[in-house]
Amino acid sequence: MFTPDLIFKIVLIVSIFAITLVIAMYSTYGERKIAAFMQDRLGPNRAGIFGILQPLADGVKMFMKEELIPDISNKVLFILGPCLAMTTALMTSAIIPWGSSINIGGTDFSLQITDLNIGVLYVFAVTSIGVYGIMIGGWASNNKYSLLGALRASSQMISYEIAMGLAIIALIMSTGTLSLKEISAAQSGFHWNIFVQPLGFLIFIICSFAETNRAPFDLPECETELIGGYHTEYSSMKLGFYLFAEYINMFIASAVISTLYFGGYNFPFMNDMGLSSNAVAILGVIFLFAKIFFFIFFFMWIRWTIPRFRYDQLMRLGWTVLIPLAIFNILLTGAIIFATNN
Amino acid sequence: MQSLTNRKKVVGKKEMTWVEKLYIPAILGGMRITLKHMFSKKTTISYPEQTREFSQIYRGMHVLKRDEKGAERCTACGLCAVACPAEAITMVAAERKKGEENLYREEKYAAVYEINMLRCIFCGDCEDACPKESIFLTDRIVPSDFERNEFVYGKDKLVETLENPIDISKRQTPEVLEFKKNKKLTHNR
Repeated sequence: MFTPDLIFKIVLIVSIFAITLVIAMYSTYGERKIAAFMQDRLGPNRAGIFGILQPLADGVKMFMKEELIPDISNKVLFILGPCLAMTTALMTSAIIPWGSSINIGGTDFSLQITDLNIGVLYVFAVTSIGVYGIMIGGWASNNKYSLLGALRASSQMISYEIAMGLAIIALIMSTGTLSLKEISAAQSGFHWNIFVQPLGFLIFIICSFAETNRAPFDLPECETELIGGYHTEYSSMKLGFYLFAEYINMFIASAVISTLYFGGYNFPFMNDMGLSSNAVAILGVIFLFAKIFFFIFFFMWIRWTIPRFRYDQLMRLGWTVLIPLAIFNILLTGAIIFATNN
Repeated sequence: MQSLTNRKKVVGKKEMTWVEKLYIPAILGGMRITLKHMFSKKTTISYPEQTREFSQIYRGMHVLKRDEKGAERCTACGLCAVACPAEAITMVAAERKKGEENLYREEKYAAVYEINMLRCIFCGDCEDACPKESIFLTDRIVPSDFERNEFVYGKDKLVETLENPIDISKRQTPEVLEFKKNKKLTHNR
């Protein structure tokens, strides 16, 4: 029953799960450090050397807090909200190709948990379900701030998903496949999609900021007007789940951007260096993570640079700028494909 | 009005150009600034390890000085309490008994001397008012606490100890020394 393949998959699933959580944990630390550096401060530096134990301290704090469930809330949905947010945040990592394949004892093991032939659609499906976590949590709290935050979150995510989907259509037209593994493999070496689809990339990254509720599109939780937005009524680890899910989403969004537009595990001259295929695969994983870390940094960099949009500006940008631009991109891609094929 | 600095920038409600409407150059400019700040010198002072350098005449926590023989200088005249604009100082006077000459310099002394550090505005008027050169403000900071009544400092915290005299010479600036020479003021007699 326990074939080597199954054992490898289980090891892969567990390690990706652990890596995701650790990276999300240290993203909170990174966020605070980067924010501090950009504001000429030092950031957390008391827990451990350079404050490296700060995420643990924060986690312990979250666990020690009193668990409050408001009397007038819908208790089942109130608990379901953060669970959904966390689950959907973790689900996407299943289809991301973390590396090409590794050869152990003559058998090839793919460094991807599962290769769905409609991988791109799966990413969209799961991120769309992610809005339920926020929506249910905000609605079940029975608090007007939470409800407003949840409404903003859902309308924002739905609006930007359209432009995001349209940006992806252009990408699929030029790659000709929906499978993330094949999209990665097609970008071998330095044939990254960013050079083919620069406009699509711009639309995609703006939309992923909106999808992950990050600044400058962090209206669902803007402290200045909505207290905490959808998680106003939450406390203890349920709040921790929401905050944590945001960082996991950021990690996954970075991974998806790297895979779709920045060559995934591919790096320049990967096939010309005369390395064994295993060495190339391991280097590829390292390069993929380097790209992911860059994009996580980029998310934070933007957050501490640009002020928050006003809600009508956000909607106007989504519907009247990004969607027409994405459609234009599709037409352009189609025209170029038509011209090159003839 | 004529600009003296030439830094004035006239802001008008002019139509934005196409490039400006894209906002991307502006965003990149902002990102350049934040990135530059990432590597600039940090302004934080890590407090318990480092301390900010104080001014020579910083007005911090008070001290009640002793004289050269180690006797308390304060005679509980109450001038500091009268001078205090924040009504932070109270005291109870007592008479010196026989055999306490080494403890108190004059026949009258303060049995209780309290300063409410939450009321105190650290103006230094008590120091100016004191005819016995007893009370001084120092460069020490009043530490934080959890209880309000802990901030009412009694003689245990205010009077300097014999082993650990508090240096107040930094506050004796030339102007202060000049003022003290003026013997016409009752103050300095």
